[in-house]
Amino acid sequence: MVGYIDKIKEISERLLKEGTVEMVIGFQKGTLPMMNTPCFAKTPEDVGNFVWDSHCGINLANYLTDRKEKIGVIAKGCDSRSIVTHITENKIKREQIFVIGAPCKGMMDRHKIASLFETEIRSVAENDGKLIVTAGDGEKTLEKADLLQKNCAVCAHRNPVIHDELAADPVEDQKDVDRYADVREIETMPPAEKWDYFDDLFSACIRCYACRNACPLCYCPTCFVDESQPQWVGKSTDPIDTKTFHFLRAYHCAGRCTDCGSCERACPMGINMRMLTKKLEKDCIDAFGWEPGLDLNQRPPLDTYKMDDPEDFIK
Amino acid sequence: MKVIKIDKKDWADSLGKLSGPYRLFGPVRDKDFHNFKELGNDEQPDFNFQNTRVSAKSMVLPQSETLFTYSLDEKEPDHHQMREPEKNYSPRAVLGIRPCDAKAFLLVKRNFDTPEYKDPYWVRAYEASTFVGLACDDPCSTCFCTSAGCGPFHEEGLDLLLVDAGDHFLAKVLTQKGKNLVQAAGWGVETNADVELMKRTAESRIASAISTEQLKGKAATDLYHAPFWEEAAFACINCGTCTYSCPTCWCFDIQDENHGNAGVRMRNWDSCMYPLFTLHGSGHNPRETKIHRVRQRFMHKLKYYLDKYDAGIQCVGCGRCIRLCPVNIDIRNICELMNSHDPGACTCQVA
Ligand code: SF4
Ligand code: SF4
Ligand code: SF4
Ligand code: SF4
Repeated sequence: MVGYIDKIKEISERLLKEGTVEMVIGFQKGTLPMMNTPCFAKTPEDVGNFVWDSHCGINLANYLTDRKEKIGVIAKGCDSRSIVTHITENKIKREQIFVIGAPCKGMMDRHKIASLFETEIRSVAENDGKLIVTAGDGEKTLEKADLLQKNCAVCAHRNPVIHDELAADPVEDQKDVDRYADVREIETMPPAEKWDYFDDLFSACIRCYACRNACPLCYCPTCFVDESQPQWVGKSTDPIDTKTFHFLRAYHCAGRCTDCGSCERACPMGINMRMLTKKLEKDCIDAFGWEPGLDLNQRPPLDTYKMDDPEDFIK
Repeated sequence: MKVIKIDKKDWADSLGKLSGPYRLFGPVRDKDFHNFKELGNDEQPDFNFQNTRVSAKSMVLPQSETLFTYSLDEKEPDHHQMREPEKNYSPRAVLGIRPCDAKAFLLVKRNFDTPEYKDPYWVRAYEASTFVGLACDDPCSTCFCTSAGCGPFHEEGLDLLLVDAGDHFLAKVLTQKGKNLVQAAGWGVETNADVELMKRTAESRIASAISTEQLKGKAATDLYHAPFWEEAAFACINCGTCTYSCPTCWCFDIQDENHGNAGVRMRNWDSCMYPLFTLHGSGHNPRETKIHRVRQRFMHKLKYYLDKYDAGIQCVGCGRCIRLCPVNIDIRNICELMNSHDPGACTCQVA
């Protein structure tokens, strides 16, 4: 994927030069290994800062919400699906954006990589499916495929579903991935065990809301946790309030979440809150045959109604 | 100053002795990282860490703290009156706090404990605490403490400084509180070992630095109107990670919560990165966009605090906000932009 950058720069420069867009949103190199940071280019010269590699996990759709300019945006499979959701939910107009598609082979799980070393990682280079990682206690060459973010390891849509131009040829999608093995494991737990599982899952949460804010779906001007009249949920570190936040947020993402993994990636405490959104994603497939972000012309299942709905209560 | 030798094989015993006169707190491993917790009976602090994930500030300023309780039940004689709950301000010892986190309390103290105003909860908890520091000999690449008024062996804010010397600790007694704790633990073996060389070695391992010398001379309004904020703030998602993990961020919000007729008035950490932080009752928000909020955080730390107290920046260089920011906004870069800002060189402004 490192090879995409020349094409990304070429397209971005052209778009800015020709005035097709006012800005292009992409990534620039961060100050820490495995951390690229979202940035914009407003002039062809700014494009020089762009990078592309396996550490571009942040979902850039989050940076489009309610913007008024004409924008070029680099989109992986998951970003493109969030962009589709944004368009169907009127957060941005299709004609306002130029999607530079980046077929994706998966982004790296930096926490997992860090856990393989005793000391801090000093640098990470990438080459042909391999990562060359240097830490205080030596250098290792690792297979990228073994170190994907959890969501990327089971990603079923690596190619951008909408794009105006591609930065590379489409990649082969992963076949036979079992997306929901972990969800099924929890589904089969007896209630008490499930309870303990979720208690433990969220025990370290500091309610910083990085998960919510990294999520392209969480664009409400005032989130329900921030409301005070009425106050839906307490604001302290009470474990029940904390779980209420997580459960309700997950429901707000039901039928919309593309499992881009931004929430989990952003969490400073390493919490896998995706277990909630994934369960609802699975339920949407089971109940409605629905996968979000694949079609600009369909509404997500929870904001639409079908005449042939099998349930009586709604008729 | 006295240096004492503590054999590691006696460590557990001495903690046993300390657990009588003190409530003990220390770093404990939780899943993938360490954080400060109250230690259970016979629980040992785990010193095998570079720094705790979030800072030790909750030892004095808990993320959620009950200030009052009240009853809305008119049958109760003191209904609708605030009652101060019983709290435990008996002596506590915070074991293994890093020098940066200890120094941070002194930065906060300038605001929470002044001749004019005292935050009674903070002051009582602070005064009840004895801080037993653990010097850093293996700093993170993101630590820039030595250029932020602190350092891996820094002593300000500590009562005792422990230095790991293999099979034993060397303990530098720094205050009367430190002396009392040493006595309670039964540590008495004085040595003339010198930690100066270890200190210099540790300091030389700090690989990262900021420059702050120009900040004071700049006009706050020039920095406020500097053209770099839009770009600097672009990636920020306005979470509270940087402020919640920071040892020097002190902002809180006060909330009442009722369950039936019983209520508590509590304070919870708050963050200038949240839109709600400055939302007025009228609906107006003076810091409406994330550009305003990011600017506020850095202006407070690197300019307003410095101007107000003339005692350095409101940052001890622990590097947590750099390590934990999900989009890699790096205070070292922003500090450089501010420190080197030349208002004459630019014409554009942010709103
Ligand atoms: S979820 Fe899929 S498209 Fe998105 S980063 Fe991971 S592999 Fe790429
Ligand atoms: S990002 Fe992590 S710590 Fe912050 S609110 Fe979400 S789950 Fe909690
Ligand atoms: S600077 Fe980083 S950690 Fe702080 S609010 Fe912005 S995104 Fe969150
Ligand atoms: S601003 Fe950042 S580096 Fe400075 S004390 Fe706070 S968390 Fe540490």
